[in-house]
Amino acid sequence: MPETNTPYALIAEFETAADIMNAAVRVRDAGFRRWDVHTPYPVHGMDDAMGLQNSKVGWFTFFGGMTGFTTGMSMIWWMNKWDYPVVVGGKPLFSPMFAFPVSYELTILLASFGTLFGMLFLNRLPKLYNPLLKSRTFARFSNDRFFITIQCDDPKYSSTETRKLLEDSGGRQIHFVED
Amino acid sequence: MADAVSSQGALKLAGPPRELERVPLVLNQRPMGWISDKIAGIAEGKTPRWWWIAFAISFSVMSMMAGMIGYLISTGVGVWGLHNTVGWAWDITNFVFWIGIGHAGTLISAILFLLRQKWRTSINRAAEAMTLFAVVCAGIFPVVHTGRVWFALYPGYLIPFPNANSIWPQFRSPLLWDVFAVSTYGTVSLLFWYVGLVPDLATMRDRATTKMRKFLYGLFALGWTGSNRHWSNYEKAYLLLAGLSTPLVLSVHSVVSFDFAVSQVPGWHTTIFPPYFVAGAIFSGFGMVLTLLIPLRSVCGLHDVITIRHVELMCKVILATGSIVGYAYGMEFFIAWYGGNPYELYAFKNRAFGPYWWAYWTMISCNVISPQLFWFKWCRTHVVFVFIVSIFVNIGMWFERFVIIVTSLHRDYLPSSWGMFYPTYVDVLTFVGSFGLFMTLFLLFMRFLPVIAIAEVKGVTPQADPHHALGGAKGHH
Repeated sequence: MPETNTPYALIAEFETAADIMNAAVRVRDAGFRRWDVHTPYPVHGMDDAMGLQNSKVGWFTFFGGMTGFTTGMSMIWWMNKWDYPVVVGGKPLFSPMFAFPVSYELTILLASFGTLFGMLFLNRLPKLYNPLLKSRTFARFSNDRFFITIQCDDPKYSSTETRKLLEDSGGRQIHFVED
Repeated sequence: MADAVSSQGALKLAGPPRELERVPLVLNQRPMGWISDKIAGIAEGKTPRWWWIAFAISFSVMSMMAGMIGYLISTGVGVWGLHNTVGWAWDITNFVFWIGIGHAGTLISAILFLLRQKWRTSINRAAEAMTLFAVVCAGIFPVVHTGRVWFALYPGYLIPFPNANSIWPQFRSPLLWDVFAVSTYGTVSLLFWYVGLVPDLATMRDRATTKMRKFLYGLFALGWTGSNRHWSNYEKAYLLLAGLSTPLVLSVHSVVSFDFAVSQVPGWHTTIFPPYFVAGAIFSGFGMVLTLLIPLRSVCGLHDVITIRHVELMCKVILATGSIVGYAYGMEFFIAWYGGNPYELYAFKNRAFGPYWWAYWTMISCNVISPQLFWFKWCRTHVVFVFIVSIFVNIGMWFERFVIIVTSLHRDYLPSSWGMFYPTYVDVLTFVGSFGLFMTLFLLFMRFLPVIAIAEVKGVTPQADPHHALGGAKGHH
C-alpha cells in the first residue's frame, strides 16, 4: 500500500499467538504508548505482555449496583410507607425484608447496565469510523490473524525505526493506513 | 505456520497418558479460519429450503397464537377453562414452564463460565438466545391472564405507577417481586447475550459481501477491532456480567416459586420450593437446549464444534438436576406426612391418587425415571436417544407445573367448592402457539446471527494458546 501524507498507523501482521505475544513484549519494552494488539479472541497473558493495568469496569458495576439497591429500597419506602400508606394483611408498611427481592433485582439490573456502559465508555465505543478498518489485510483480525498497530502520532514513532522493530519482531505485510 | 507446527508425536509425549487425555473441544484440529467459515457460513449465503419450510410452519403456528390472544382480549378470560376454583391453570403453567426453560441458557453462560467449564463456549450463544426467546414466550402469559391487559402498563399493575386512586402497587406481594425478577432477567440476559455477540458481529461485518449487511453488522459491532485494550475491559465486563447473572438466575425461579410458596394453599405453602424450582428450571432448560441443538448440529454440520462430549456433559447435568427434582418430590411427600397438617397431607395424596393421578405419574416417569438412564454411557452418547429423553424432560416439566398449580387449587379447604379443570381449545392453541413464537424467533436468530460464539470457541482451541506448540510456542514442550 502506498504511503500517503497523513498516515494514521503502521500495521504488522502475525500468524500465531506466540508470535504476537513476543512481538507485543518488544513493542512494550521499546516504550511505545499509542499502540495496540488486535486479535480474533482475547489472548491469555496479553495484558501483561502489553503492560496494561487491571480494567476499571468494576467501578461502574459497583456504582450501578449501589444505585439500584438504594433506588429499590427508597422507592418502596416512599410509595408504600410515605406517599400512600395502605395496610394489607396486617403487614408493616415498610420492612427491608419484603423490599429486598425487588431491591436485589434492581441492584443486578443497574449493575449490569453500569458494566455494559462502563465497558463501552472505557473502550470509547461505539466508534463509527476507524481508519484501521479500511485495510483489507487488517480485516482478518476477526478471522485468524493477529496484528500490531502503532499510531504515527506516538512520541516514539519514527518511520524507519518502527518499521524495523516490527520486522525484527516477525511482523509481515507491514503497511500504513491513512486517516 | 500454525498447521505446520501440528506435529502429533511431539504433543503426545508432552501430554498426559492416552487414557487420561480429554477429547478436544473442537475436533479434527480445525484451524481458526475454519471456525469462522463454518459458523458464520450458517448465517450467510442462500437461505436453505428446509429453513423456509420450518419458518412457514412456525410462523403460522405463531399467528394462530396471535389470533387466540386477540380473541381472549376482545372477549375475556372466560374463553379459557378457568373458573372460581381453579383460577390459575394453563396460563401460569405455561409461564413457569417457559421461564424455567430460560434458566439453562443463563446457567451455561454465567455459572459454567465462573466454574471455568470451557465446553460451554460451543453452546452458550444458542442457549442464551433460547433463554431470551423463552422469556418472551413466558412474559406473554402473566400479561394476558389478567384480562384487561391494557391496564398492565397504565395505570400500572406491572410497573410502579399509581392507579386511578393514586394508590401505588404494593410491594408486599410476591407477584410484584416476580414482575421485577422476570423483567430484570430478560433485560440482563439480553445485555449479556449482546456483549458476547459484539466480537462475532465484527466477524460478520468483515465477511459481509453486500453493503446492507456490512452496514447493519457494522452498526451493531460498534466499531470493534479486536483491540487488546478493548478485550481487557471486555473480558472484565463479561466476567462481571457472569457474576451478576449467577445470583440473578438463582433468584428468578426462587421468586417465581414465592408466587406459590408465600400463599396459604396446601401443596404450595412449602419452604422447599425455591431450590426445587431452580433445579427443575435448569433440568427443563437443558432438556430444551438438547432438543434444539441436536437437530441444529446435524442440519448445520456442526459435529466438530458441538461434539458428543458436549452432549454427554449436558446429559450429566440433566441427570444431576433430575435427581435433585426427584429428591424434592420425595421430600415434599415426607414433609406432608411428617408436618402433621391434614390438609397438606390430603393435597399430596390427592396429587398422586386423585383425579389428576395420570398427570402426576406422567411427571414422575418423565422427570424422575427417564433421566436415570443417563447413568449409562451408551444412553448419553447416542444422540437420537438423548433427543427422545430430552422431549420427555420437556413434557415432564410442563406436567410438573400443571400438577403443582391445578391439583393444589382444585381441592383445597372447602369440599363444596371443589372442582375440575378442563382446558378449552383456546387454552390448548395458545400454548401450542407459544412454541410457534419460540421457533420463529430461533429460526430468525440462526439465519442472521452466528449460532455459536466464534471468538470464544477460537479461544479454547490449542492454537489459541501462546504457550502451546500449536499456538506457535517453540521449545517449551
